[in-house]
Amino acid sequence: MSHDASHGHELPFWRKYIFSVDHKVIGIQYAVTGLLFLFFGFCLMMLMRWQLAYPGQPLPFIGNLFSETAMIGGIMLPEFYNQLGAMHGTIMVFLGVVPLAVGGFGNFVLPLQIGAPDMAFPKLNMVSYWLYFTGGVLMFASFFVPGGAAQSGWTSYAPLSVIASSGQTWWLVGMAFLINSSLLGSINFIVTTVQLRAPGLSFSRLPFFVWSQFVTSFLLLLAFPPLMAAAVLQLMDRLAHTSFFMPSGLVVNGQVLEGFAGGGNAVLWQHLFWFLAHPEVYVLILPAMGIISEIIACNTRKPLYGYKALVWSVVFLGFMSFIVWAHHMYLTGMGPNLSAFFQVTTMIISIPSIVILTTLILSLWGGSIRFTTPMLFALAFLPMFGIGGLTGLPLGLNAADIHLHDTYYVIGHFHYVVAPGTIFALFAGIYHWFPKATGRQMNNFLGKLHFWPSFVLMNFIFMPMLIQGLAGVSRRLYDPMQYAHAQPTQPLNVFISISAWCLGLAQIPFIVNFFWSIFKGKKTDQNPWQATTLEWTAPSPPPHGNFVKEPVVYRGPYEYSVPGQKNDFWPQAMKENN
Amino acid sequence: MSEAGLIKHISHPHPVTGVTNSKLGVWCFLASEVMLFGGLFSAYILLRTGVTDWPRGHEILNVPLATLNTMVLITSSVTMVMAWASLQMKSLSKYRLYMTLTVLLGLAFLVVKAFEYGHKFEHHHFPSTDNFYATYFTLTGLHGLHVIGGIVVNLYFLLFGVKMWEKEPDQLAGRVEAAGLYWHFVDLVWIFLFPVLYLL
Repeated sequence: MSHDASHGHELPFWRKYIFSVDHKVIGIQYAVTGLLFLFFGFCLMMLMRWQLAYPGQPLPFIGNLFSETAMIGGIMLPEFYNQLGAMHGTIMVFLGVVPLAVGGFGNFVLPLQIGAPDMAFPKLNMVSYWLYFTGGVLMFASFFVPGGAAQSGWTSYAPLSVIASSGQTWWLVGMAFLINSSLLGSINFIVTTVQLRAPGLSFSRLPFFVWSQFVTSFLLLLAFPPLMAAAVLQLMDRLAHTSFFMPSGLVVNGQVLEGFAGGGNAVLWQHLFWFLAHPEVYVLILPAMGIISEIIACNTRKPLYGYKALVWSVVFLGFMSFIVWAHHMYLTGMGPNLSAFFQVTTMIISIPSIVILTTLILSLWGGSIRFTTPMLFALAFLPMFGIGGLTGLPLGLNAADIHLHDTYYVIGHFHYVVAPGTIFALFAGIYHWFPKATGRQMNNFLGKLHFWPSFVLMNFIFMPMLIQGLAGVSRRLYDPMQYAHAQPTQPLNVFISISAWCLGLAQIPFIVNFFWSIFKGKKTDQNPWQATTLEWTAPSPPPHGNFVKEPVVYRGPYEYSVPGQKNDFWPQAMKENN
Repeated sequence: MSEAGLIKHISHPHPVTGVTNSKLGVWCFLASEVMLFGGLFSAYILLRTGVTDWPRGHEILNVPLATLNTMVLITSSVTMVMAWASLQMKSLSKYRLYMTLTVLLGLAFLVVKAFEYGHKFEHHHFPSTDNFYATYFTLTGLHGLHVIGGIVVNLYFLLFGVKMWEKEPDQLAGRVEAAGLYWHFVDLVWIFLFPVLYLL
């Protein structure tokens, strides 16, 4: 092992850092690429917020930098607004959050937490990253093709997506790359978790983070292929002029559409898309819950409340997420029987989510809490995810959904889950595992300067959206002044936009902190947080092969403050009493 | 690379799960493939039940030729098993014979398929003609891509198998078994496609 541990240093630069097969390097590649895409997706949104706050007014300073097809004299064109909206969703979900949560944290932390030297298939792992990277490049490049990027929303609903400009084809091909990337990744995670756990690490001793990644991998493995099927069919519709999603006698812009045989079904796209996209929602949230659990246990210095309840809930949640997809489709006219079925499954799936949230809140009870930066983000996650989850209930009831469907209420709801929910969890994870990846700690003051404004501004952005949605403002409007019923809420749009731009500024401390800490952060030993799980028994940063000596596990993951022990943490790999 | 020495259960099964990493990986992959073709077959069912008249496959497609192709593919699955069994019996020469046969039968399947496609194009039947042809070309085309993928993998193990055999015979046997699982799956998809498109 010692020979192998030094082996990494003999590799040339491009094998060690670019085309690396080491799970830690690949994890960092995923994380950095994901963060860059998160930033890019956020920039698209900040542009959209100008149009929403000041419709029809020229964008100051940078408005003239855009081409004639995007803005004329700094005034945004509707087509460009649609591109921004579609690509914001696509980039945030498929290129930002999932690669960071699963590709980044999963790759870096999971093998360390199960005591494995690497993933089961290191080369496939590398291929998986580069497929993701290629997909990202294709998505980014699609802004520069004639007609611009995809503009049919992140959901790409047929039939309009079939007759949209060529950016949609790029979107579909890009998605194909992303789907195959996550396919290889999920196989790797499942095999690694099943086959490569350290001696003594039974499933009932797995850290909850590993459980959440394990269940997430099954969702990716089984839910993405139907979207692949859907993407193939839409590509055939676009390129070979088949009519899978094209009904007969379709009228577009007042004219009967020529060139398609017809006989297809536009709702078929929605079924295939949401069969992926609902489990995808859980792909977004489960790794976040995993990260939060680790941080809460470590920073409350006590075991998680109800570990078994957490594990069974996440498994049940994963299973149920496959049979709730059509609650996105109540208004397609699929009929009250199907709606009733999906309404019931949707109410059922809220139970394990509530169980998880409740156990995490109860875990705080009686703890001696350390208010570190990661813990602040983790604590904020709980109420934010709570608001996001509870505002989802009216959407799951098909009578209430008639009023709320496709309004800003939906935007507010799922952004509460994903933005101050998942993205806060991801920030928490970065602050928490940064010392493991670099051997240096991030600055605490800058961390708090990042946290407090972000926390306040997130609520300033998404709470008013819930109000707008209740007033009936629909979500994909280019001109917010178009309808009389939306006009009274226009001041809220200005407020939201200013908050969004301030949120952009609030990320500056994070960016500064991130780069400053890589080089100048306080040096740490292998276990700066005094945590129990296996990754903290490896050196920081871990060498090639991870552990100096293969760890053996003697107990569960959260043995904090065990009575009779000298220290308040009892690492999983420590044989004797401490 | 040093991974081979570092990562366990590459050549020998995990004592508890009873499988090697690659075998478990392939089974996961096949589960995902089931969902891919499951999605496509579901689309087919929805499209077919959504219209009043749907062409009968046996009236417009070449059933005898497809029957022949079915036989070809089933035979190739048998030779694939024989190739793996030869490795288990430590006979490299027989392995190469059966693997060559598997590759050739896979290619034969593609040639027959190409004739079928050509025949349809001659009569101006394209994917855009109607949703029957759209389904036919998409499903058989995607299946054809899977056959090509299988041939590439098998060809790789045929050409580079000797080197692997000399270094780590158990690993080659395990890999050929995993490739075999995939090949049987591709065969199985055709067993579903044949009646669905040609007979029903």
